Amino acid sequence: MMKRTIEPFWWSLFGAGGTLAALFIPITLFINGLAIPLGWLAAPDYENVLQMARHPLARTYLFLLISLSFYHWAHRFRFTLYDGLQLKHLNLLIAVICYGGATVGTVAAAYTLINL
Amino acid sequence: MAVESLAGNVSETPATGQTVTLEVFRYRPEEETEPVYQAYEVPVHKDWVVLDALNHIKDHLDGTLSYRWSCRMGVCGSCGMMVNGDARLTCATFVESLLPGPIRVEPLENFPVVRDLVIEMTDFMEKLESVKPWIIRDEEKPLEDGEYLQTPAQLADFEQFSMCINCLLCYAACPVYGLEPGFTGPAVIALAQRYNLDSRDQGAGERNAVLDTDEGIWQCTLVGECSEVCPKDVDPAAAIQRYKVSSTLQWYRNLLMPWSSK
Amino acid sequence: MSANPQHTPYHPRWYRAPMPIFWWVRRWIHARFILRELTSIFVAGYALVYLLQLRALGMGPEAYGRFLELLQSPLSISLHGISLVFVMYHSITWFNLAPRALSLRLGGRRVPDKVIAGLNFAAWAGMSAALLWVTLTG
Repeated sequence: MMKRTIEPFWWSLFGAGGTLAALFIPITLFINGLAIPLGWLAAPDYENVLQMARHPLARTYLFLLISLSFYHWAHRFRFTLYDGLQLKHLNLLIAVICYGGATVGTVAAAYTLINL
Repeated sequence: MAVESLAGNVSETPATGQTVTLEVFRYRPEEETEPVYQAYEVPVHKDWVVLDALNHIKDHLDGTLSYRWSCRMGVCGSCGMMVNGDARLTCATFVESLLPGPIRVEPLENFPVVRDLVIEMTDFMEKLESVKPWIIRDEEKPLEDGEYLQTPAQLADFEQFSMCINCLLCYAACPVYGLEPGFTGPAVIALAQRYNLDSRDQGAGERNAVLDTDEGIWQCTLVGECSEVCPKDVDPAAAIQRYKVSSTLQWYRNLLMPWSSK
Repeated sequence: MSANPQHTPYHPRWYRAPMPIFWWVRRWIHARFILRELTSIFVAGYALVYLLQLRALGMGPEAYGRFLELLQSPLSISLHGISLVFVMYHSITWFNLAPRALSLRLGGRRVPDKVIAGLNFAAWAGMSAALLWVTLTG
């Protein structure tokens, strides 16, 4: 039996998050963070936004986008700290902070979206 | 001079009248604990490569300079050095493309230096051996049954990875290898894939024990420079990425169907 | 004879160049790599802002209105502007590297890398247009 490594699991979350973020984050950020606040686009009606976000498909999409973006960051940032600052000796601490932070964010996202 | 005749036809290409300065990394362990740079003024000949300039130094200016070279045609993989900070085969890097200079020549990065431009590569050789870069069969079929046949399409699956000449440019370009000397590294993983993807091979499981580990493919952060510097377009970065994809699928398969794994 | 007191004949004294902590500032290709990795901060950062916006949405029209006002502040606008550059850089580098991980076959032949990357960029454009359309018509 060969030594099992957990890396494939983290890498799959990293990859899925990176793909979702690459596809959806720029336009979402542009619409909500720039176009609407600057008045380039009219702000949609509150009730409409709420109804749309409450749709089960929308909730699922929002949960995956937000949670996997967190895990994408966790994995990438972990290795950036290892390599960029040569902190490999703090391996466990960094992993706990990064993946732990992403997990907290995931729970918060689930809570928020369920109670929407 | 006997040495000169070896590279004779090259040094006979017309001199352009220009000269260029080569700043060459010198490390002579009997003389110095820290390396120094020595400048040599070398004439520029048409179509000269950096290796020709080094041979000129060795033959005419300073016979004590040490470096490795053999074929002069990008096949043997022994003349890899850092040229102006980039990992290059010096036999394939034209002096004229680097004018007006100076041209800085250093040994391949991330390896211990034995002397001047000569690096120590035992670590690579041991890692290469650890992935068993040969065809492994569960059971050899008897000779009278003939050869193992392979279609052109099956050959295409791994042919790219078989072009590696072990020049180590990819290791010199890989910051992860510099930071983590335990990392299996680009060429070894690409060569392991060369056999894993060979339709005649059955040794993927044995190699997986070395590669699907924290020190193997999972150390790689896809800087991608290994593929940029490769003189043979092996694309080790792609070999590693695709290995990650298949290992991840296998990981979930084992998780969901534990009975299917050995 | 020997100028190096540590040296004894026939015993190798290898020179090992140490890797400086900030090795990635020495070369543009390495700095570019670190920049690519740091885009993840902006990806997660915006995901957090988006989550807070959804939270405000769930807390009622007033809370949501206050959040939208917050988004109009100059600080918010400039942070979003900077973040947009980084998340775009994430998308571009991500799709450019996609052919490294994906090896597709059609009719026994490998789909060229450029086609795979092109399909990714097309998907990006398509999804962005779709989200924009949902916002405009919603």
